[in-house]
Amino acid sequence: MRITNHPLLGPQPPVNLVPLEVDGQVIWAKEGEPIAAALLAYGIRLCRTTKRRGEPRGVFCGIGHCTDCVMTVDGIPNVRTCVTPVRAGMKVTTQRGLGQWPNDH
Amino acid sequence: MAQRSLKGIAVVGGGPAGLMAALTAARHGAAVVLVDENAEPGGQLRKQIHKFFGSKAHRAGVRGYRIAQELISDCTAAGVELLGQSVVFSLRECTLDLLQKDDAFNLKADAIILATGASENALAFPGCTLPGVMGAGAAQTFVNLHRVLPGRRVLMVGGGNVGLIVAYQLLQAGAEVVGVVEALPYLSGYQVHAAKIKRAGVPIWTSHTVLEARGDQEVQEVTIAAIDDHFHPLPGSERTLAVDTVCLAVGLTPLAELAWQAGCRFCYQGALGGYVPLHSDNMETTLPHVYVAGDIAGVEEASTALEEGAIAGLAAAAAIGCPVPIAEFDAAQERLVSLRKGPFGDIRQLVKSEIVKRWADCRVVE
Amino acid sequence: MSRRRIAVIECPEEIPCNPCETACPQDAIKVGQPITHRPHLDAQRCMGCGLCVAACPGLAIFMVDIKDNDQAEVTFPYEFLPLPEPGDTVTAVNREGISLGTAQVKARWQPKGADGTYLVTIALPAALAAEARGIRRPSCDN
Ligand code: FES
Repeated sequence: MRITNHPLLGPQPPVNLVPLEVDGQVIWAKEGEPIAAALLAYGIRLCRTTKRRGEPRGVFCGIGHCTDCVMTVDGIPNVRTCVTPVRAGMKVTTQRGLGQWPNDH
Repeated sequence: MAQRSLKGIAVVGGGPAGLMAALTAARHGAAVVLVDENAEPGGQLRKQIHKFFGSKAHRAGVRGYRIAQELISDCTAAGVELLGQSVVFSLRECTLDLLQKDDAFNLKADAIILATGASENALAFPGCTLPGVMGAGAAQTFVNLHRVLPGRRVLMVGGGNVGLIVAYQLLQAGAEVVGVVEALPYLSGYQVHAAKIKRAGVPIWTSHTVLEARGDQEVQEVTIAAIDDHFHPLPGSERTLAVDTVCLAVGLTPLAELAWQAGCRFCYQGALGGYVPLHSDNMETTLPHVYVAGDIAGVEEASTALEEGAIAGLAAAAAIGCPVPIAEFDAAQERLVSLRKGPFGDIRQLVKSEIVKRWADCRVVE
Repeated sequence: MSRRRIAVIECPEEIPCNPCETACPQDAIKVGQPITHRPHLDAQRCMGCGLCVAACPGLAIFMVDIKDNDQAEVTFPYEFLPLPEPGDTVTAVNREGISLGTAQVKARWQPKGADGTYLVTIALPAALAAEARGIRRPSCDN
């Protein structure tokens, strides 16, 4: 959920929303915000599932240190979504295990 | 790999300590490059929307993010070169290896100041890996910097200043905080921070812990329980709370990998978050021309990080031949020491003195 | 308690902090050196201006004004939305966030240097003046 108004920071400045494709669905994100923030704005918290047990994982540290938030972005696996800025038309998918590189089989 | 040689000082980390170190050194005539992994420097100051403690000399009463803005523009005015989106992955003597976007290169400087900060500790309990369990600092980043709520109903684990402040800031952002649990029988944070959230109707449960978080794919509820003097849960005291988020504010650990790599000597200081590089009063490590400042040198607060940064900046500038009046060292030391008084500061002052003593012992032996 | 508005400082620990001392135009608040000393208020000098209330990083300063008619006004720092408006009926709370009954909002303002922090003054029975330290946030259901 976006915080539209804040007692100290004031209302959110108007921004350009751009489309972001998440597992085939389009959501609207602020250009330049971390992918994870765009997902949280829609209540999407699952980033990946683990390799062996398929357990769900999401954001933990929010500053690029723990790698729990990695997803596949434009075909590239293991992208830390908490520190990777949104660009218009990006395609993000929930990652399974270690993910697949574009030319992997 | 491309090489660059700098007749000056490289500062690693653009939080309060690094910004202040860079600014201070540059103002004394040193050429300074400030390396930071983020697109914009400021570190964790950028999400600190509360007013800082201290005195006027420490910028007391100013909100943290404004201090970051001020320091960044002062650094630019003083001629500090900012290398953003650059990750330092190794340090040997005074040479940094770094990765800027996809380009690796190395940077050799006359002196290095490490101001890499700290990372949040995790806590192990069933369900602790579910999406929705996150560091309190992570929640604070999303709420205050990116301005999205990580969840609507939050349990805060940890009654230190981080837990109390972030609980308050989650309320300000419009989330509901169902309570704060603290394993100790008392809160380690300031009572004034606790008072703010109590007035706002948030219960604080001391001698309590989190037993388990549950949910399908993400957190939907959490069970807490009272604990005895040995931190064992008391049967029958369990209670389950409907929350979608569990924030962990259970301490920080210095991010000291580069100092380890470089070969700095360390000691363990639980009161400061773990292993810290031995350092002098002037923030010099056991390696010549390698300095530390801020949480890497022992987890304290942003205000102490600023002062340690100032001292490291002065010392590094002096070490490479810039004229630095001795009175400036004294003034900075005095500002720093004034923050380490009273029941909260005394212990940190004691431990810091111990670190300085061990640093001096190392110097004698080698 | 004196019958005019004066500051009440609830700063129980020795923490390194003195903006209240710096903010006071009347030199009514003394912290001294080291800055971990607890603040001391000279009630004679306090004019009830509220600059310290807005300056205190711990939001630990309030103002109390006992009137002649068994009524009192309590002023506290407030940093939540929605903001209470003068004339609103609100629920006063104590230091634990527990309801003390209704109160009227008399004023809301931001002194110089408040940087977002509001001061809110509520009117309520004088018997509650030593207890009331805030109001229930509208979104808070407990
Ligand atoms: S949440 Fe830790 S790396 Fe993204």
